[in-house]
Formats: sequence, C-alpha cells, structure tokens
Amino acid sequence: MSAPILSTRGLTKRFGGLLVSDCLDFDVIPGELHAVIGPNGAGKTTLINQLIGELAPDAGTIEFEGRDITALPTYRRSLLGISRSYQITSVFPDFTALENVALAAQAHDGHSFGSWRPVSREERLVRPALAALEEVGLSAKKDACAAELAHGEHRQLELAMALVSRPKVLLLDEPMAGMGGLESESMIRLLASLKGRFTVVLVEHDMDVVFALADRITVLVYGKTIASGSPGAIRASIEVKRAYLGERYASG
Amino acid sequence: MLPEALSARSPRVIAVAVFMLLLAAVPLISGAIGQSYYVTLVTRILIFGLAAASLNLVLGYGGLVSFGHALYLGIGAYSVGILSFHGVSNGWIHLVVTLALSALVSFLTGLVCMRTSGIAFIMITLAFAQMFYFLGVSLKQYGGDDGLTIAQRSDFGPLFSIHGNTGLYYLALGLVAATLYLSWRFVHARFGRLLLGTKSNLRRMRALGFPVLRYQVAAYVISGCICGVAGLLLANFTNFASPAYMYWTVSGDLIVMVILGGIATIMGPLVGAAVYVILETVLSAYTQHWMVILGPVIVLIALLANRGLYGLLLARESSDPGNSAP
Amino acid sequence: MTWNLLVTQALNGLQFGVVLFLLAAGLTLVLGVMNFVNLAHGSLYMLGAYIAAAAYARSDSFIVAGVAAVLGTLLIGVVVERTTLRTFYARGHLDQVLATFGLILFFNEAVRIIWGASPVYMRPPDAFSGTIDLLGFTYPSYRILVIVVGLMMAGGLYLLIHHTRVGMLIRAGATNAQMVSVLGVNILLVNTLLFGLGAAMAGLSGLMAGPIFSVQPGMGDNVLIAVIVVIVIGGIGSVRGAFYGALIVGVVDTVGRIYLPLLLRQVAERTVADAAGPALASMLIYLFMAVVLAVRPQGLFPARR
Repeated sequence: MSAPILSTRGLTKRFGGLLVSDCLDFDVIPGELHAVIGPNGAGKTTLINQLIGELAPDAGTIEFEGRDITALPTYRRSLLGISRSYQITSVFPDFTALENVALAAQAHDGHSFGSWRPVSREERLVRPALAALEEVGLSAKKDACAAELAHGEHRQLELAMALVSRPKVLLLDEPMAGMGGLESESMIRLLASLKGRFTVVLVEHDMDVVFALADRITVLVYGKTIASGSPGAIRASIEVKRAYLGERYASG
Repeated sequence: MLPEALSARSPRVIAVAVFMLLLAAVPLISGAIGQSYYVTLVTRILIFGLAAASLNLVLGYGGLVSFGHALYLGIGAYSVGILSFHGVSNGWIHLVVTLALSALVSFLTGLVCMRTSGIAFIMITLAFAQMFYFLGVSLKQYGGDDGLTIAQRSDFGPLFSIHGNTGLYYLALGLVAATLYLSWRFVHARFGRLLLGTKSNLRRMRALGFPVLRYQVAAYVISGCICGVAGLLLANFTNFASPAYMYWTVSGDLIVMVILGGIATIMGPLVGAAVYVILETVLSAYTQHWMVILGPVIVLIALLANRGLYGLLLARESSDPGNSAP
Repeated sequence: MTWNLLVTQALNGLQFGVVLFLLAAGLTLVLGVMNFVNLAHGSLYMLGAYIAAAAYARSDSFIVAGVAAVLGTLLIGVVVERTTLRTFYARGHLDQVLATFGLILFFNEAVRIIWGASPVYMRPPDAFSGTIDLLGFTYPSYRILVIVVGLMMAGGLYLLIHHTRVGMLIRAGATNAQMVSVLGVNILLVNTLLFGLGAAMAGLSGLMAGPIFSVQPGMGDNVLIAVIVVIVIGGIGSVRGAFYGALIVGVVDTVGRIYLPLLLRQVAERTVADAAGPALASMLIYLFMAVVLAVRPQGLFPARR
C-alpha cells in the first residue's frame, strides 16, 4: 500500500456538547476512489469540511502529500490541489454555466490583477471550462444562467467546477443528492469515468453506487471509523451490520 | 455580453451615447441660453456621480456595504485645502497627495474592516469615517468646524485650466467618462468577475482557491482613490473644504445614489446621482424642511428600488437578465 | 493631575458609559438576535429626550417626564417596527441601512419642525439639582442618580436575560436565531418585544441624558456612532459586552479628552501638543476600536456560539 496522499490523525470536532468527529483516523491512497458512508449525522460532511479547511478541528492533524495542512486556510489547500463539491449546490446563480466554470479555472490560473481582457476572450480560462462542461455533459447548457438550470444540471455544474482545476484530490459530497433515475445513471457513468484519473473521496448514500465504484470504503458512525477496507470486507463486517441494521442482525 | 458582443444599434447603447453627448454639450447650451446655473448643477451631479461610481465598485460589485465613503471626499478636499493654505496651488501635487493619502487610509482601514463582514463591516466603516470627521473638526488651524476657504483653484499648468466653471465641468466630465469606461472593462475582466463572485458566494470563492482578502482590499483602495479625486473636484467646485463633507449622512447619500441608479450597473451611479441631486434641489426650493420629505422617500427607495432606475432599463432590454452587462 | 479632577472625570466617564450602555444593550440585541441593522436607534434616544423635556416643562414632575419618555419611545418604536421596519427583516443589510437612514433624516427634521432648531433646556429634577459631598469633594447629585439608575437597569437586564424564560429565548436567539423560530416560537412577537425593550431603554437613556447633554436635533447621531463603537468593542449580540464596552468607552473618552492633551504637553512642544491633543483625543475611542478589531475581531466579550 503506497503512502497516503491525504490523511487525518486523531481528528476531533465538537459542536457544543455534541462530538461530531471522534478521534478520526482517515487515509486516502493516491489513485483510489475511497467512499465514506454512514448513517445520517455520522459526521461525513463535517469530515469533508475539515479536510478542505472550512471548519477547524478541535484536535488532531491533517496531512497532504506529507505536509501538515491543519492550519492552512481553505484557499491555500485548494491551490495545493484539494478540490471539493458541495452536497447543497453552491454555485454563482447570476453567471452562466460557462462563466461559473471559467471562474473556477481562474482561481488556478495565476492572479487576477492587471488583466483588462474580458474573461470570455481568455482562452486559458474558456478552453478548460468548455472541456470540463463537456466532461460532465453540460455543454448544451453552457450559456444558460446557472439559476435556471434543473437540479440534475446543478449537480453536474458542481462537479465541473470541482474538476476544472485538475485537482490531486477530489472531495465529492453526495454528488447525486436529490437526483432521479435517469439523471442518476449519467452521474454514475460520470463518476465511473473519474476512477483512475483522479483520487476521489466520495460521500454517498446510494449503496449500489458505492459498492460498484469504490476501491475502499470507510464506515463512519457517530464520528468514529467503525470499519475501513475493501467493499467485500465491509459487506461481511459485523460491526457495519450492527451499525446499520441494529443488534438483531449483527449476530450471524 | 461583452465588448465585442455589444451591438452599435442596441437602444441602450445609443441612449448612453446620446446621454454622454448631451452632458458634453451642457456648457454650450447653458452659455447659449445665458443660464450658467445648469453648468454648476450638472458639475455637482458629475462630482457625486464619480463618488457614487467609486462606491458602486465595492458596494455594487463587491457586496461590501461601506457606510464611510464620504471620508475620501474629505481627504481629497482637505488635500487641496491644506496645500492651498500653505501656498501650494499646483493641481498635480494636489492630485498626487490626494491619491497617496486616499490609498494609505483606504489600505489601512480596509485591512481592519475586512476582518469582519456583514453588520460589523457596515458599522466599522461608519465609525472610521466619523473619526475623520471629528479629526477635521478638531483641526482648528484649518478652520475646524467652520471649514477652510480655498483662495484659488488647483492649477494644472499649461495643459488645461479649471479656474473657470467650464474648465472644471469638462475635467469632471472627463474623469466620470474615464471611470465609467474603465469600470466597464474592469467588470468583465478577471478582477471584476472575482469581485462579483465574492458578492454572490464567498464561501465557494475560497474553496475554489481565491485569496479573497487581498482582492477586496485592493478594490477598496481603488474605490477610495477615485472617491478622493471626487473630493478634489468638490473642493475646487465650492472653493471650500469642510468636515461636513465627511459627515456620515453624506455617506448615506452616496449609498442612496448607488441604489437608486442601480447596483452593479455601470451607468447606475451617474443616473442615481442625477436624480438624487435634482430631487434635493427641487425639494429644498419648495420647503426649508425638505428633509422630512426626503427621509420617507429614501425609505421608499429602499423598499421598492430593487434594480434601480437604470437597472430597470437594463432588465427590460436584455434577453440575458443574469448577465451583469453595463 | 489632581486626584479631585481624576475622580470627577472618572465619574463623568462612568455616567456617560451608563447612558451608552442603555442604548448599546438594546441595539446589540437587535443586531445580534434579529440580524437587523437599525441605525435609527439614536433617533429613539433623541425622541426620548425631547418627550421628556416637553413633559417635564408642562408637568414639572420628573417622574411624569420619565414615564412619558419611556412609554412614548416604546410606542413610537413598536409602531415604527410594525409598520415600516418589519418589511425589511427579510431584506439584506443594505436595504435596512438605507431605510433606517431615511428614518433618521425624517425624525431629525420632524423634531426640528415641532420644537425648533435651537437646543432645548432641561433642568435636573429638584431633588437632585444640588451637589453631594463625595470623598472630600463635591459632585452633582444628578449625575450620581444617572449612574445608579443605569447600574440598576444593568442589573435588571442581567436578571431578565439569565433568569427568565424570555431571557432564555433572547440568549438562544443571539446564538442561533433560525433555530429558535424553527422550534415554533413566534419569532415576530419576540422581535417586537425585543425592539420595544430596546426602544424603552433608549427613551430612558434620552430622559437621563437630557439635563446633562443638550437636547437638540441630531443629538442621536453622534451618540449612535459612540454606541456602535461600544458594540463592536463588546461584541455584537452580547449584552455583557455592551456593558463593559460602554464603561470602557465612556471612561476612556471622557478621561482621555482631559488628560491626553495634558500628557502630550509633557512630551511634546506646546504648539504641537495644543494642535494634536484635542485631535487625538477625539479619535481615541476609534483607535481603541481599531486595535480591538485587529486583535479580536469578534469583540472582547462575544456572545458565545
């Protein structure tokens, strides 16, 4: 097993009296698709928020490519190569889909001072943006205002914005949230296409998708890892059954 | 969508062009009919339009509600006033000092203010501006509360003269036109897009990798400098520098102008300044207690003016309502 | 720097602080719990002072003036909140700033129309118009009254917030307003009550300030700025912060204005000190605020999240 590209040690987070991350150890190996599952309230999104730096842990460390990034602000982590998508769509509603993704590309294309060129004529931004939109299947809607997109298209846009900077690690927070049948299928194909090209941390509820795509699965319950390993191992794990299905099913 | 997509036949563009031409013709028309009053009225509109345009950069495009922009009017005015007082009437020196001071003050206050957001930011900008008001009042040797008379207007040498009202008018008009044009280019370029992004979704901007703080401070500095220049014009216009230019109600007036004209539009601040100044002029001619009417009018503006006057025009014309076209 | 002068100024500062606290407590709650920028708070203070002065002139009873001021501002506050301000709760801060700005202009001018532009004189109540002997020197008894009343109000507010159910709602709202409304509490009613409480305290503050500061149009504006400094230093939404912040600002401003010029004269040339002294003194509390912001942006006593 090669050295992890992203890892946490003893990650702890409290909200008042509530312990949301309980001394969490988490590893991501380069190139893998690592799914994080668990019942509601297990602390999955809180984990993502801490990895990206939007939430500061109360204790513990986070390492990326061998360096301690625990105190690093969010934008620095993004520039290092950690990118995230949001469970609740978080785009720029007044911009078109293309402008949204171009803005995402802009962040990784040097500084934004000194240029008087209209962004629509900046090849360096428009080309990767178009490519990302193509990749997620949103090319037809590139000039549509983000506020007018359908829910599934929002989720596609979310992903395009996270992808365009070619990150080293993609943190995807329930990319399929709220999607119906057909939309889900194309998203699943899209996620499958990411495998091997990106290192992905995938938080998801749809078990079929998780077991089909994941190289490794970590199960979180009440902020603690109760199991972590290959899909087969997780499927057989008694602890996992106990956590999801209750005591009755755990024995045998 | 952007400069190249702008059709020369678009009614809005034609309206703007006609508007600017009319503005250029005001001194000529005014001279022809023998009413110099209009030149002074429109000069006043241009000066406040410039100040409002500077505020629009951070408020309209950046979403930062600065309630202290009148401070920079004061910096510009006192740069002219104090230098004149000590015998320095070279306009270029006035300009350099105005820009340097505006940049310094906006940089320092910007750094402090940007540590907060929302309500705190509004109140802190208000407090800082008022601090400078009190500073101005306490400078007894420069007139204090009574203000400082400026004997002679800024001398810009052989290039042009603003000693006459027409000269000052065209300088103001030129600066306004330049600012509006540059704002337009700015808004469609990277920096402008970044600013709009921070207004719309700050959290995402950080997650995308933007070091938001430095751009917000930079925008604030640019805004402060432009407003400082408006202050320089104001001092020349009235031949007077006064702490009253920095009083917080002036900051409020600027906000009203920006909203009235249309937030995050290029022409909005100028339109808003025009309507507001004319409104004030008309009301104050009608009654000495005109503020008792203006107050509720402002409340109504806050209630109703969603897009502002110019913004309404934009929305009706554009087939692409989500775009921040000028 | 005599002992006499220092204690007198410190007491003056305390008295100014108490006036600020009454205003700051109400405003910080409106800002923190309701997330509403109410710049017109200073106008309520002004109205309180005017109503008190008018009632006192007619009735010759300070108590009647007090009741009139508090009830009057309470009524005006609630009416303005229900008719005008309520529409702006859902709007952004920008619209709220604008609307309350318009209200300030309106009230300032309305007061000018009704009572004229010149300051109105209001004398302290007869029972307190003299001086008392304090630690070997004399001090106006009315100012002592102001300090005592202010501290009592602070105590009463503390009891309300920490020992009643209404107080618990307020504290909950200060830390998480959305949650409170989700729990089924009639948030509009709470807002009106909160606003009314703030208005009443502003009226009381105006009443007490009347005999000390001059009652004139726009008197609320400068006080409002000082109140804002208090709230920023103390922490938005924190009544405790408003209390300590108000005392700090009151004392620093009052004592600073007297001593800073004197101090400067010790270290700098007389002409420089005379020019810079008053200027720096007037900027003192703002510089203090800037330092607090640089070091602890959330305020010295932030409402705990």
